[in-house]
Amino acid sequence: MDAIFGNLDLWGSALLYTLIVFVAGGVIALVLGVIVGAMRVSSVPIARAVGTLYVNLVRNTPLTLVFFFFVFGYPQLGLPRLSNLVLAILAIGIYTATYVAEVLRAGINTVPVGQAEAARAIGLPFGQVMTLVILPQAFRSVVPPMMSVFIALLKNTTVAAGFSIPELAALRATINESHTRPGTPMEVLLWVAAIFVILVLLLSWVQNRLEKRWRVMR
Amino acid sequence: MTSVLYDVPGPRAVRRNRILGAITVLVVLAVLGFIGYRLYVSGQFEASKWSLFTFTLVWQQIGEALVNTLAAFALAAVLSIVLGLVLAIGRLSDHRWLRIPVAAITEILRAIPVLVLMMLLYYGLPTVGVKMSPYWSVVLALMAYNGSVLAEVFRAGIQALPRGQSEAGYAIGLRKASVMRLILFPQAVRTMLPVIVAQLVVTMKDTALGFIITYPELLYLAKLFSTQPGRPILQSAFIIGGIYIVMCLILSGVAKYLEVRTRRSSKSRQPVAPAIAGDAATLTERIAVQKGSERRL
Repeated sequence: MDAIFGNLDLWGSALLYTLIVFVAGGVIALVLGVIVGAMRVSSVPIARAVGTLYVNLVRNTPLTLVFFFFVFGYPQLGLPRLSNLVLAILAIGIYTATYVAEVLRAGINTVPVGQAEAARAIGLPFGQVMTLVILPQAFRSVVPPMMSVFIALLKNTTVAAGFSIPELAALRATINESHTRPGTPMEVLLWVAAIFVILVLLLSWVQNRLEKRWRVMR
Repeated sequence: MTSVLYDVPGPRAVRRNRILGAITVLVVLAVLGFIGYRLYVSGQFEASKWSLFTFTLVWQQIGEALVNTLAAFALAAVLSIVLGLVLAIGRLSDHRWLRIPVAAITEILRAIPVLVLMMLLYYGLPTVGVKMSPYWSVVLALMAYNGSVLAEVFRAGIQALPRGQSEAGYAIGLRKASVMRLILFPQAVRTMLPVIVAQLVVTMKDTALGFIITYPELLYLAKLFSTQPGRPILQSAFIIGGIYIVMCLILSGVAKYLEVRTRRSSKSRQPVAPAIAGDAATLTERIAVQKGSERRL
């Protein structure tokens, strides 16, 4: 317990950094993911190709490498200086956006073909087919896998610890390098693991609730 | 599905699509051009920045690092499949005293970030007197995480099989173990093969985390190169990153190929239950499942 209560200040700020990366990265991922997902189902062949290329390329890149490019590579370009935190958020957002895009596309694909056909048959134009028929149905089947993406995002925030963001996974180094703070590496890391287990279980619980409420009856 | 959403474009739609396409191309070119321009202005294309990669010794080092990456990946892949099988069988057991602890272990292993697992093994264990090399920390952490994810994949594959399969097995007098080994597993593995390979792509990607706990794999080498004369950090990131991406693309290609083949083959036409719970770093299983259910509709 000393590892927690002896370093309460550090745990607070570390958790805050984790949550900042999580929330800000999530917002970027959602916005970018919706754009890319829309490109992947659009009727413009070039937009589809660009979306596919982006998703395939980034999904096959290790997240650590994306961080590497942003945190170590960006400062080499001589552009305005950005803090490591901003760069880390951009990296994780751009990486997660591909998963968001895939979930959206898969969600649209789960809507039965007959729905779109029926909507088309009564003469709705593309915009109304999407907003009135497809998307409301897709939304329900998208929510649970989208929560999984966010759970993965939460766990991926730990990678930022390797790029000098003082978040939860970086606590071990901070605590053990100062000789006055209590706590062995094992204790600290077990607590970090416990916090992640709690956060993930919390998100899974929300996911299950939503899944039950919005289950599609077919 | 997507093709049902719109007609074959008429003259006006063709024109609009061309304009939108041109805008997309312009935006992409502008972004790429800007990055290229900044790379040029900040002198990233100068020969001094790339000279490091003209030495044979450097490429030998890259080769060694590649071997390290692949060694960690290969062992972790095999071990995680074994662990996945063990956990899946445990979780499907009829005995409550076995099923519940195994389920708890699977859930907890899946909830801990891989990096924290690696750190626990590498930095944590020495405090209790067990010395762990970076290699084994990477391998065991990847095994634990991917094993627990694969366990869920196997379980979903088995539960998606029609009840009649196991009932028929029992009816001809097979025991539980034989039903599992001879009837359920071969079918589950066949339907789940694309997902399993896709999870191996995740394993491959996560070996790059070893860089953070000083395992001398490819990315670690890239960081090391940045201290060489000329500080070619972007250049080494491009080369090493290229190697990673090509390896992962090949593996993803295999997964894609298997998926297409599975979908075509008539033997595995049962739909996969769309109820794989929980998270996965990739969601590949969800997506695979949803692609599967699309056929049914």
